[in-house]
This record gives sequence, structure tokens and C-alpha cells, in this order.
Amino acid sequence: MWTWFYRLASPPSVYRIAAVATPWLLAGALLAIAYGTIDGLAFAPPDYQQGDAFRIIYVHAPSAWLSLFGYMVMAVTGAIGLIWRIKMGYAVAAASAPIGASFTVLALVTGSLWGRPMWGTYWAWDPRLTSELILLFLYVGVMSLRSAFEDPARGDRAAALLAVVGVVNVPIIHYSVQWWNSLHQGATVAKMGKPEMPGSMLWPLLSMMLGFMLFYAAVLSMRVRGEVLNRERQSAWVRAAVE
Amino acid sequence: MSGVGAARAMGLVVRRELRLGFRRPDQLLQPLVFFLIVTTLFPLGLNLRLSLLREMAPGVLWVAALLASLLSLDALFKSDADDGTLEQLALSGHGLTLIVIAKTLAHWLTSGAALVLVSPLVATALAIPTSAFPVMAASLALGSLTLSWLGAIGAGLTVGVKRGNVLLSLIVLPLAMPLLIFGAAATDRAVGGTDATGPLYFLGALCVFTSTLAPFAAAAALRITLE
Repeated sequence: MWTWFYRLASPPSVYRIAAVATPWLLAGALLAIAYGTIDGLAFAPPDYQQGDAFRIIYVHAPSAWLSLFGYMVMAVTGAIGLIWRIKMGYAVAAASAPIGASFTVLALVTGSLWGRPMWGTYWAWDPRLTSELILLFLYVGVMSLRSAFEDPARGDRAAALLAVVGVVNVPIIHYSVQWWNSLHQGATVAKMGKPEMPGSMLWPLLSMMLGFMLFYAAVLSMRVRGEVLNRERQSAWVRAAVE
Repeated sequence: MSGVGAARAMGLVVRRELRLGFRRPDQLLQPLVFFLIVTTLFPLGLNLRLSLLREMAPGVLWVAALLASLLSLDALFKSDADDGTLEQLALSGHGLTLIVIAKTLAHWLTSGAALVLVSPLVATALAIPTSAFPVMAASLALGSLTLSWLGAIGAGLTVGVKRGNVLLSLIVLPLAMPLLIFGAAATDRAVGGTDATGPLYFLGALCVFTSTLAPFAAAAALRITLE
């Protein structure tokens, strides 16, 4: 089983799998986001308290979720690299960092745009907002640590270790709404069984979640291909693949 | 394998660090002077409005202490890594984790503990009442020790980086933010005369958490940069 796993995680096979998966992921992302956008913006009923302003949730919630998911992917693949010495783990971690950081910025920006009409301010020093900002700083730290080393292999390992240490922050962000009296509204979707949202609002949101996940996966596989090519540029199969 | 036991080896490392530290007293004093200077900047920037200053004092004190302890973190492993001592210590057969614990504790004694000793002076200048001093000192002691553990991870990761000082701050500060929140909250409550045990317990928990896990992470970081 392990030899199979190692063969699967070898650079050429990762490169091939990513190449095959990218168009399918992109197509799925496009479909799910298109349905979510149209249904969410045009057909879902306005919220009884927030009116039409709530519709930014269709961008905000998925990007906030993916900011955490991207971090977990980075930390877990980095740990895989550290523990089993699988080089491709670092490649995926390096590819995931900028995407996750972008989603964090998107979550912060859409969140503050949403906060302006609802809370009367763009920014509040509230546990959830602050911890999301810390997440962004962690992303920046991991990325700059990786690029600070002249030896890329060392940078990979150092960044992976920092990402693993920073995982402590992820549950804090996720549960901050429940632990502290936060200005931010509580979870509406993740309550299994009985979401606090009517189906007409929920379906577009779930579709956007799925679409954002697929979009993340598609961009990740594109970036992973770039990483693989860059990392393996001395090897014969890359030259053959490029020519 | 060397002939000395683990506890004795740790004691030797601590003693060596302290001796080296006290041979260069200016390097020990610089962070403390920085601490004093930063806290002087705030009253000047606030146009000496004392009422405002009194409200901000716990936060000012904590931010200044955090920045001052960051200054000395860079030196935690740097000189030993540069002249090869760290590799010798790593090869001594005592395990890098023990060495990290000893070095970090010694570092805390010369940086964090010194900050705690100076803090009453700064607190008086910032108009913090004397009744709040015990809580303030306790929160600073717990917080600076936690910061030393976090800083050991950061210093281990950046020891191989040229001009890694800014990067070190960039890495450690986000991780240290909970310290600032609970530390300033404890001091603030003590100033206000209310019960500060809640945030102090949180600081204690963070201190225990980092004391138990950070040495392993810092040793792993050093192994990455040393190998």
C-alpha cells in the first residue's frame, strides 16, 4: 500500500493528476457558482431583518470557510512533508498558501462591507474579526518564511513547521462566535439537521460553498502544476513534458 | 555519550548563558531601556492628557513589554549558531529539546524577569496604582515566559535567515496576540479594582501549554535550520 502511495505522490503523477482534474474542477466550480449567484442574488427572499444586504453572505461565508480550509490544507500537507518526507506535500502547501491568504482578504473585505450597513462600522475589534486578521498575518508569516531561505528545501520545512504551530489559531477562529459574546452573528449553516435558514436561502449558499471549494481545488491544482514544474525543472521528465 | 546527567547538563547550559549574558551587560540593559523609552513615547504622543493615559496604561505597558522582549529574542540562538556552539550542543547526546529548554529559561531570566523587575517603575510613570502591581507583575511574568517559548520557535526557524529579525517579529507577534489580550485585561482589571483571576488563569494556561509543547517545536525548528 505504501509503495502505491509513494508512487502516487511522485512529482510526475501529481503533475498528471492535477492536469486531468483541473478542467473538471473548473467546470464544476463554474456551474455551482453560476447557480448560487443567480439563485442567491435574484430569487432568494430578502432577510426579514437585514433586507437585501444579507446577500453578501453568498460570497462572505464561503470565502471565510475557505480561508480556514486553505490553512488546514497547507498545515496538513506540510506535516505530511515533514513526517513522511514527501516532497509533493511541500509543493501543495506552497501552492495553497497564497490562495488561502486571498480568501482571507476576501472574507475580511466582504465582512467589513457587510458590517457597514449592519453594525454601522467597517471594522470592530471583535474576537472573530481579530482572529481572522491574525490568520492573515499567519499566512503572511508562513509565505515570507518560505521565501526567506536561500535553500528552498529548508524554507519548505521551516514554513511547514510554522504552519503546523499556527494551527492552534484555527479552532479559536472557528469557535470564537460561541466562546465570546461576539458582534458577529452565530453559525447559521453548520448546525446539522436544523439549519437556521429557509431552504430558498440555504440552497444557493450551499451551492456557493461547493462552488468555492471546487474553485479552490481547481486553482490549487493549477498552482501545484506550476510548483511541480518549478521544483523539478532539472529532471528529464519535465523537459520532455514541456517540449 | 557524555558523562553528565540531563539535569546537570541543563544547569550547565543555564549557567553558561547567564555568565555570557552578564559579561555583556549593555546587551541586557538595552531592551529594558527600550521598554522605558517606548512607554515615554505614549505620554508625549498623547499631549500629556493624564486621564487618557491612565485608561490606556495597561495596554501601553503590555505593548511596550512585548516589543522589548522581541528585541532580545533574535540573540537567543544566533551567536551560538554562528560560531558552531549550537551544533556541538546538539551533538552532546542530551537531546536538542533539553538544550532548548535550558537556553530559553536562561533567556527568560535575563529578559522577561528583568522586565518584571523594571515594570513598577514604568507603571508608576504611567499612573498605575500601587495596588495593581502584584497582578501586573504576575501577568507580565507569565506572559513573558510564554513569549519566550513562542519566541524560541520563531528564533529557531529564523536562525538560518540573514537579517531574520523583522521576519522573527512577523512570525511571533501573531502568535503572541492572545497574551496581549489576556495580559492587558488582567492589568486593566487590577487597575479598576476588580477581580483579575480569570485572565490570569488564562495566562497561566497559555504558559503551561507553551512550556510543554514549544520546546519540541523549537527543537524541530532548529533541526531544520541546522541540518
